[in-house]
Amino acid sequence: MNLLEIKGLEASVGGKPILHGLDLVVPMGEVHAIMGPNGSGKSTLSYVLAGKDGYEVTAGEVLYKGKNLLDLAPEERAAEGLFLAFQYPVAIPGVNNMYFLKAALNAQRKHNGEEELDAVDFMNLLDGKLELVGLDRDLLKRSVNDGFSGGEKKRNEILQMAVLEPTLSILDETDSGLDIDALKVIADGVNSLRAPDRSTLLITHYQRLLDYIVPDRVHVLARGRIIKSGDRHLALELEERGYAWLLEGSETGA
Amino acid sequence: MSSDTDHIEKVTSQDYEWGFVTDIEQEKLEPGLNEGVIRFISAKKGEPKPLLEWRLAAFEAWKTMEEPDWAKVGYPAIDYQSISYYAAPKNDDDRPKSLDEVDPELLETYEKLGIPLHERAALAGVAVDAVFDSVSVATTYKGKLEEMGIIFCSLSEAVREHPDLVLKYLGSVVPVRDNFFAALNSAVFSDGSFVYIPKGVRCPMELSTYFRINAADTGQFERTLIVADEGAHVSYLEGCTAPKRDENQLHAAVVELVALKDATIKYSTVQNWYPGDKDGKGGIFNFVTKRGLCKGDRSKISWTQVETGSAITWKYPSCVLKGDDSVGEFYSVALTNNHQQADTGTKMVHLGRNTRSTIVSKGISAGFAQNTYRGLVRIGKGARGARNHSQCDSLLMGSTCGAHTFPYIEVKNRHSEVEHEATTSRISEDQLFYLRQRGIKEEDAVNMIVNGFCKEVFRELPMEFAVEAQKLLEVSLEGAVG
Repeated sequence: MNLLEIKGLEASVGGKPILHGLDLVVPMGEVHAIMGPNGSGKSTLSYVLAGKDGYEVTAGEVLYKGKNLLDLAPEERAAEGLFLAFQYPVAIPGVNNMYFLKAALNAQRKHNGEEELDAVDFMNLLDGKLELVGLDRDLLKRSVNDGFSGGEKKRNEILQMAVLEPTLSILDETDSGLDIDALKVIADGVNSLRAPDRSTLLITHYQRLLDYIVPDRVHVLARGRIIKSGDRHLALELEERGYAWLLEGSETGA
Repeated sequence: MSSDTDHIEKVTSQDYEWGFVTDIEQEKLEPGLNEGVIRFISAKKGEPKPLLEWRLAAFEAWKTMEEPDWAKVGYPAIDYQSISYYAAPKNDDDRPKSLDEVDPELLETYEKLGIPLHERAALAGVAVDAVFDSVSVATTYKGKLEEMGIIFCSLSEAVREHPDLVLKYLGSVVPVRDNFFAALNSAVFSDGSFVYIPKGVRCPMELSTYFRINAADTGQFERTLIVADEGAHVSYLEGCTAPKRDENQLHAAVVELVALKDATIKYSTVQNWYPGDKDGKGGIFNFVTKRGLCKGDRSKISWTQVETGSAITWKYPSCVLKGDDSVGEFYSVALTNNHQQADTGTKMVHLGRNTRSTIVSKGISAGFAQNTYRGLVRIGKGARGARNHSQCDSLLMGSTCGAHTFPYIEVKNRHSEVEHEATTSRISEDQLFYLRQRGIKEEDAVNMIVNGFCKEVFRELPMEFAVEAQKLLEVSLEGAVG
């Protein structure tokens, strides 16, 4: 079964077309990587999927679990198990990180008709997850991403992902600016979530992350569409040869 | 049914027993203000002659004063001769007969705040047979306070029972000539609270007007005086979170605090008077003078306020730091929505050596509201080693509201430090999106961001008040985004 099916997706930001007929299929249980040069529309794709205001879909469709994803509000998409790990997680001063995490989890549970977790159960759940991402408990007492280092912010994203256990995780250049230890933590987090009923979309610049998270498929996104797909060896080839050889043959979209 | 009637009778007679109500004759003065009116009020309350003279002097002063126009608020001229200056207890004919006659939106708000049904009627000003306050609670703890020598009663009662104490301090912090509204209040004040904490006594509970049965009708020209004697501690709570309806549009209250050597007074307010409807019709004009005097060395006065109500708020709870090493604090959240206007802030006047003050002001503006912070920090010549830190943050929601900051700093002493920080921001789309992407509904996300913004102030509030204040902000902001 396909978890995500994108057909002929066109999208604009501030009136400027960015995606030009993008097609992509992510079957359930698979990890797909999307690579591509700067400005090819990678972040736009992740924002469109998550439903950010200002990212306007002008054509095409997106099916998620067989339903029209674009009909849903951002919070509904989240509650349906779509998770975006942000490239630049925003700080929210004064909002306790643990409180926020609990609110997020319970919003999702409520949506799915499950009982909300109380503080004790939540803490128990959290303990294991903290270990997984190598985050200090003190980070939970601070305000969301407020004064966090770059690495802490990324780990905090992965912690949220581990707690929310999304069906589709989209990681938007989560590996950028991370040292190798942090990178491994991110990879461990993603790998631990690998399951037949979950999929992951890794958006990345570099092949480096794919040494740790081995993708089932690799896609090249350039000029607003997928111009080539292949297995993990495509990533290695891109590492070696760059993108230019692919771009020569591709036409620009409408 | 008969047992209910019995209960109500019992309750009402208990009011009497404790002398909380001064006069139950249904009398109301014709509108207008003159010397005769003031003499009438004073006589009605059985006040001693010096107090009458004090009121008359205030009235003479008021006649020569001008209504202030420097605040960044606009309202039609007030006709002071069209107000009735003695109307307590309220005549039932003037009230809504039942909840059916009350603004449905107000009722909806009570629902959201979880106000018990029987309290809603009283808050909305409906004529009810008895005010369902916690009489039994009041009487139990009153006895306990008396044992410790603490006086907590209505100001009218204090004037009769402890005239020397009241006259010693009344007007000592806010002189009758202080400003137009304070002068008016001094001339015609209706009632209010009086608190005296004796030497070395730490008041064992938060004192709250909520437990004072007749507090309901003293809103218009309320006057409160709190004195903490040497080494005494007290925490006082004013107001409640439920939006309170009042037919009197003009409110001009005065609050005076006096902290003697080593004394601490913490004064917390949640102000939620009727703000008017969505189009800015109706609503209370809240022109309040609040000031604390840190008279003795090492004394401390702390103001915490959450202001969400009133059509117009004009209010600057201040500290005069006279004693050496005394401390003044001001923590404020002021929220304005729809057509509300608030011009609020504080004054920290440093006179003693090594005096310290902290100002944390959070202004939130939504709809078509105007929200102004106005604060003065004055370091006097003798205030060697004085320090102040001010932080004023404004949060804007939408593009039709305004936030303004007017800090005044006067330093006459080189051996002092004054710091001022100010920020203005909008609720950011990125923050909202981040929270929504985690499954949190837009409205909840807004509340989370706003509560985070106010956290530094909320944590100064007593626990229960803090929870209520959070809820209040949520209800007040409903519909402000989206």
